[in-house]
Amino acid sequence: MRGAKSAKWVAGAIVVALSATACGGSDSGDTDAKEKGKPAGYVSIDVGEPQKPLIPADTNETLGSYVIQSLFTQLLDFDAKGQIVYTNAESIETKDSKTWTVKLKKGWKFHNGEAVTSESYINAWNWYANVKNKQQNAFWFEDIKGYEDVHPAKGEPKADKMSGLKAVDDTTFTIELSKPVPYFEYKLGYTTWAPLPKTFYDDPKAFGLKPVGNGPYIFEKWDRKKLIQVKANPDYQGPNKAQNKGVLFKNYATVEAAYQDLLSGNLDMIRQIGPKDLPKYKQDLGDRAIDQEYAAIQSLVPTFYSKTFKDIDPKVLQGLSMGIDRETITKTVLNGTRTPATSFTPLGVQGNQKLDTDVFTFDAAKAKKLVTEGGGVPGNKIWIQYNADGGHKEWVTAVCESIRNSTGVECLPDAKPDFQTDLEARDNKQVKSFYRGGWVADYPVNANFMRELYGTTAEANNGKFSDKEVDAAFKKGDNAKSLEESIKLYQEAEKLVLEKMPAIPLWQYRINGGHSEAVDNVEVDFHGDLEVTGVTVKK
Amino acid sequence: MGRYVARRLLQMIPVFIGSTLLVFLMMYALPGDPVRALAGEQAVDQAQIAQMKKDLGLDLPIWQQYWNYLTGLFQGDFGTQIATQRPVAEVIGDAFPITVRLALFAFAFTAIVGIAMGVLAGLKADTFRDRGLLVVTLLLISVPSFVLGFLAQYFFAHQLGWVEPNVSALAESHELILPAVVLGSLSLAYVARLTRTSVAENLRSDYMRTAVAKGLPRRRIVGVHLMRNSMIPVVTFLGTDIGTLMGGAVVTEGIFNVQGVGYAVFGALKSREGSTVVGIVTLIVVVYLVASLLVDLLYAVLDPRIRYA
Amino acid sequence: MPEALEATVKDGTPVAPDAQVKAADAAKAEKPRSLWSDAWHDLRRNPLFVVSAILIVFLLTMSAFPGLFTSADPRHADLAKHYLQKPNWGNLFAEDWFGYDVQGRSIYARVIYGARASIAVGVLVTLLVTVIGTVTGMLAGYFGGWIDTLLSRVTDIFFGIPFILGAMVVLTSFEQRHVWVVILALAFLGWTQIARVARGSVITIKQADYVMAAKALGASTSRILLRHILPNAIAPVIVVATIALGGYISAEATLSFLGIGLEAPTVSWGVDISSGQEQLRNAAYVLIIPSIMVSITVLAFIMLGDAVRNALDPKLR
Repeated sequence: MRGAKSAKWVAGAIVVALSATACGGSDSGDTDAKEKGKPAGYVSIDVGEPQKPLIPADTNETLGSYVIQSLFTQLLDFDAKGQIVYTNAESIETKDSKTWTVKLKKGWKFHNGEAVTSESYINAWNWYANVKNKQQNAFWFEDIKGYEDVHPAKGEPKADKMSGLKAVDDTTFTIELSKPVPYFEYKLGYTTWAPLPKTFYDDPKAFGLKPVGNGPYIFEKWDRKKLIQVKANPDYQGPNKAQNKGVLFKNYATVEAAYQDLLSGNLDMIRQIGPKDLPKYKQDLGDRAIDQEYAAIQSLVPTFYSKTFKDIDPKVLQGLSMGIDRETITKTVLNGTRTPATSFTPLGVQGNQKLDTDVFTFDAAKAKKLVTEGGGVPGNKIWIQYNADGGHKEWVTAVCESIRNSTGVECLPDAKPDFQTDLEARDNKQVKSFYRGGWVADYPVNANFMRELYGTTAEANNGKFSDKEVDAAFKKGDNAKSLEESIKLYQEAEKLVLEKMPAIPLWQYRINGGHSEAVDNVEVDFHGDLEVTGVTVKK
Repeated sequence: MGRYVARRLLQMIPVFIGSTLLVFLMMYALPGDPVRALAGEQAVDQAQIAQMKKDLGLDLPIWQQYWNYLTGLFQGDFGTQIATQRPVAEVIGDAFPITVRLALFAFAFTAIVGIAMGVLAGLKADTFRDRGLLVVTLLLISVPSFVLGFLAQYFFAHQLGWVEPNVSALAESHELILPAVVLGSLSLAYVARLTRTSVAENLRSDYMRTAVAKGLPRRRIVGVHLMRNSMIPVVTFLGTDIGTLMGGAVVTEGIFNVQGVGYAVFGALKSREGSTVVGIVTLIVVVYLVASLLVDLLYAVLDPRIRYA
Repeated sequence: MPEALEATVKDGTPVAPDAQVKAADAAKAEKPRSLWSDAWHDLRRNPLFVVSAILIVFLLTMSAFPGLFTSADPRHADLAKHYLQKPNWGNLFAEDWFGYDVQGRSIYARVIYGARASIAVGVLVTLLVTVIGTVTGMLAGYFGGWIDTLLSRVTDIFFGIPFILGAMVVLTSFEQRHVWVVILALAFLGWTQIARVARGSVITIKQADYVMAAKALGASTSRILLRHILPNAIAPVIVVATIALGGYISAEATLSFLGIGLEAPTVSWGVDISSGQEQLRNAAYVLIIPSIMVSITVLAFIMLGDAVRNALDPKLR
């Protein structure tokens, strides 16, 4: 019988298929089981898969930055208050804010034993800045003289070295800028300025998967999508030497899953509690909960090219700002994850000041009055654009309702499915009225929240705000002789900004995290990252 | 037989090409640029973006991109992710086994429990037991699986504490039981109803009467004569169901945080990793095509009167 | 049964055999008029039908005239007063009956106003897929040959793509996802099942004597298709479509739950379920109430589909 014969063949095929998958299943099960164990003395934290391979200047997102920070040490770092702490640098000096002389600490070594010299920095920075190497953070080097030669706006680079970088000896080098930048030193604290060992240039791609740094931790392994493991560097000489034996950066699909592991003791630190657990996390964790402000601010950014806000009277924006009940929204919808803003800069940056104004205070009657006085909103309708994948929906809705109820201006959330689409609309100038802006301090100085956001030519100025007076005020700050003076001048500029309203600051971010019973001394740095090096394991 | 299989395999080719093309075009039509997105909220350097696109072949016309993708695919190359620079095959290799396991668990649950329920009800059609089954299946069909998932999570994890609400990254087998039950419950209802109808119908047929008249033992009548004939529609359903289960796992995976195919597709969609989405959907289509071929061949086993020429 | 099976399998496309067989039986069993009147006769006496019909009438009224059920505004939010205020179960049909959501909006009002979107999606998608599917299936089944091969392959392509995954990709490409976008996306991917059923049904019916007779008498193709084939082949299509209706409502809710279905300011159960997820641990009613509404609605349409099938397909009783 033909039928019967073929039946066996069919049945055979199914058995083969089933056993094949069964094998696959048990295999992965075995290897997984081994990874589960954490070496004694290590601490773990929920830091997911970095977006890109681990090259300092190609990492601009939080997750990769965490790992880079543990493996590399730049010239300097900041303490919790945003003050400079020299790490690899012995000193950084300047007389005119244009030429900076860097002296390195002697005896520092990369993890492979190579000495950290002036060349380690200069070569790395030249490589990072070169347009051919396509580094995400290349623009960070734009202040340096000769940047246009290695990174022209169009075409091939004319040189492979920036003329502003010169080695004096093995541990001394100078940085010449194309124009004075009083707060340049603060920029050097960003992880992108890390040095590279010679082995890097042999195969940058392979290096990104197995980086060799000069930082407090030594790279051990990277199991894609699962974890990255680093061990403490016993020879590290910086002030932020690891107080534990190593770190596991563990990837979780969701914050809820991470939180659950924290509760059951399978995770030591969590960076941010998910919205589902926020209402209860303080009860769950007690004094192990972390709740602290950090230097980041969220705002509504009007687009000055849009029909709604073209040539708008700033009074209208001030009115809309007063129509938002920040106090209630942060307490309810946002579950205390934010602190209402009182200025354009967050607490924790140099030069943050309390502005003498009621623009940030909820007052429905005055809000309505200001909007009317300013000529009202064209069409009496505004939109707030946000990305639906970032957990912004509820607060945007609440802000809209608040504005609608207090000023009578119809307000609609304008959801873009994801951050990509959101950015594209901003780049293409298609934002209908407001977009949701968020800015975390790159360096803790007020200029970072002014010039980079509202300067006419600033890269992140997606609202296309442009005002000659404001630009002039920023320029004054940039040309200041000293950092202190620059900060003061920027404080003056902020008062001008308040009159022009290039954005409506909403609130400052807070970190809402926690740690397990197994660890202690978990601190937060100025941009809301947990300081992994200082964490100790309880015995 | 051989010719029939060969013809069916040949027919799969246009379907395979068609569905990859369809998904490819859909991905291409999405707004948002994966290369631009790498820069995030930071500055954008147009020169750099153009350079990266050229390296990735993303500046070519769509037809050429599709051709490159397809030729790569036939050489076993699923492409490389733009941001992570991981081979897509590796990404799929991580996610697929988890979803396959989840779907197989759900499938086993569906088949075993569903057929058992259906037979029990079908043997005593129109009794209280039968009506009870009807109500249960109606409820299972009506409650969307994400609601069922939340209810299960709420009661079994948050209230009773029997299981953890989320499946860990390892997705160990015991963790997958609850998600599998939730995933399989809709199919379970269909299988139970189909079996019940089929069994009830066949019970009234002539050959059953003959078998009873011959004085065969009841176990043999039900086990061989009745079951073999009643299973034909059930097998069809189960065959197409494997693909459905794998595709539907997105929802269950979302609720229980299983890091399978759904998680991978969701992530890839958001970061516009076209080749990852196309690769995964293509594989599910292949699973579906192969499963339906197997089903047709299984008919021959269950019903010797069917011959394929 | 075996004959019908062989016919389809030889033809090369795996048509769901049970549906096709049922179609054939339903059509062969009786003459059209008596089938429909018989069916109506059966339906009226079926408690399943009566219950589902009452429910559906109720839901349709709700979606057409939400103002009849509540005077509260589903958009009105009062955070300061009503943030996550617990339900007042005793206060039937009042604004605070089901409590307030995370924005301080009345859940009762939102549930009432949410019916429209869900039911509109269900009904309109079903209409669309029925039209697209029936036309495709009829053309393929009646003309056969290369038309059939082409249409069947196209059907296969769409059938093979997993529904939810496909809808995710399609919907991501729309920036504004209002009701029409969701309807079109679901119809775009959902028509294949009906096409297959219709094709199978047409294949059996075109061999019937009265079709042959009409052909012999010189009736035009369009007349044969519309007057003879369609009325006789439509029964199984209606059965499948009614059952699928519930499925589409469920699919809309599922997509909204995943965050890629409808979106605010559209008031819909799916949208509310999606934002209610976050409250699972804290205030589960925000999530559960709209979920129950979806389930009841789907149940009503599935029961209706069941009843219609039983009536049109006497063999299954």
